[in-house]
Amino acid sequence: MAKRIDVSGLTAYYGSHKAIEDISMTVEPRSVTAFIGPSGCGKSTFLRTLNRMHEVTPGGRVEGKVLLDAEDLYGAGVDPVSVRREVGMVFQRPNPFPTMSIFDNVAAGLRLNGNYKKSELNDIVEKSLKGANLWNEVKDRLNKPGSGLSGGQQQRLCIARAIAVEPKVLLMDEPCSALDPISTLAIEDLIGELKDRFTIVIVTHNMQQAARVSDRTAFFNLAAVGQPGRLVEIDDTERIFSNPSVQATEDYISGRFG
Amino acid sequence: MSTAAVTDKRGGSLSGARLPKWSPWAIAAGSVAVAVGIGLGAGLGSEVQWGLIAAILFVLGTYGVAARVEGRRQAKDRVATSLVWVAFLLAVVPLVSLVWTTVSRGVKVLDVHFLTHSMGIVADTETGGGIYHAIIGSLEQVGLATLIGAPIGVLTAVYLVEYGRGRLAQAVTFFVDVMTGIPSIVAGLFILSLMLILELDPFGFAGSLALAILMMPVVVRSTEEMLKLVPNELREASLALGVPKWRTILKVVLPTAIGGITTGVMLAIARIAGETAPVLLLVFGNPFINTDPFEGAQASLPLYIYQQYAAGGDAAYDRAWAASLTLIAFVMILNLVARGIARWKTPR
Repeated sequence: MAKRIDVSGLTAYYGSHKAIEDISMTVEPRSVTAFIGPSGCGKSTFLRTLNRMHEVTPGGRVEGKVLLDAEDLYGAGVDPVSVRREVGMVFQRPNPFPTMSIFDNVAAGLRLNGNYKKSELNDIVEKSLKGANLWNEVKDRLNKPGSGLSGGQQQRLCIARAIAVEPKVLLMDEPCSALDPISTLAIEDLIGELKDRFTIVIVTHNMQQAARVSDRTAFFNLAAVGQPGRLVEIDDTERIFSNPSVQATEDYISGRFG
Repeated sequence: MSTAAVTDKRGGSLSGARLPKWSPWAIAAGSVAVAVGIGLGAGLGSEVQWGLIAAILFVLGTYGVAARVEGRRQAKDRVATSLVWVAFLLAVVPLVSLVWTTVSRGVKVLDVHFLTHSMGIVADTETGGGIYHAIIGSLEQVGLATLIGAPIGVLTAVYLVEYGRGRLAQAVTFFVDVMTGIPSIVAGLFILSLMLILELDPFGFAGSLALAILMMPVVVRSTEEMLKLVPNELREASLALGVPKWRTILKVVLPTAIGGITTGVMLAIARIAGETAPVLLLVFGNPFINTDPFEGAQASLPLYIYQQYAAGGDAAYDRAWAASLTLIAFVMILNLVARGIARWKTPR
């Protein structure tokens, strides 16, 4: 079910501003890949190119190739909408739909896409909420608004919403940055469970988090101020955190950055 | 007392002397008394002059007393507070006076007979008659105008916020701004010129067209503001689920903003419900009941008020006031409904 991502020579722009340059990497299926690096180095931009959310921003455009199991996401005639059904996303701040109940939030992807059977909907919602470790907390109030949950619960609700449409890849853009340590732990445990079914890519500013949850880690950096961001190196997490091959990575990880 | 207060203030503690809570009322009462005294003494006939003198005395008195007891900063604060209150009263007095006049004069002939009968067999100089025909006309004309104006307005706003980029969007925004400033009589003349070309006689729907022109820019503006308030994160969340853009707008963006959009539409309806000029040009007025907005002259409430007042005589004046009261009540009910919908639809 999970799919491999192959990126080659990817450059992304905002209007005339080049945000990231010439990035190539492979993301293995059924693994967790973490992106680390200083703010503004293009981690999130790169993540958003992986499900064509980058072009939603006015002026956003992309050069290069992103292969999802050998199919180019930016090939001619590829519909961004179907790309996003394959590659789901969880955002930095929890963003449940305020007009919908908890149940409707999880069912939103299926309902809005229109391809579901009524009889299956209850099962899918229950399965997704269980998959997001939220079922026991909300099963008695599925018809209450999703905005009434705590921040950590809202974020798990968003994860449930994302996995309800059965994507092949799950992108997470700093999913824990707005959460307390307990909720963060809950989400990290969840990531560990989800990687059996999905390919997971997570952007994080928390080095310990990257070390805890990921199998592979990619370090991004700016070549210089005002230059586009680029990939410095990608390797097994253990190696990146113990013996990275580039000095800049070691400096960043050990806090000697800048 | 004031000496002790001054000593307290110089003590350097954080709590200074404070005027008692009742002091503004005492100062107000004192300044009114003095103003009445001055007015009677100087033989000023007008109560407006008395009121002005009282207001000036009140502001000066507040400043003087507060500056002496509490210090200059607090005195300025109290003067600013009293100026805000004066502004508030100036704004409320005409409103209350208008509603009071309309209600007190309007209830005289406002009854079931008045609401259910037309002016068909009643001369303007006689008593009796009613506004049934005008209510029918108003409801039909405003209803049809809303059916045309509200969807076009909302869809234009959706275009401007969700799709519009570059020249076209700028042009649309510009023309919407221009349309907001169109005087209602000009909108009426525009439709009238079309009617003259097509050689049509006045009918209700022509008025609806002019009212729709007046309504559209108001709806566009308010809907635009409401759509801009919808967080971009919700759009992205929906798009990231693989939902097409049009469905995102329909199922996520519009429901989130529906409360504000409804309020905007209701306010626009309230605005056009009181328009007289285009109705006078295009619908002409009709003392008989005409329920067909597409054929023949109709009446409407604002036009009825105008015509009754122009006719003159006590009976006609009473009817004009009663119709005014009905119109105000109609607009007020619409506003209450809009607020109710907004509260009911706002996510909690």
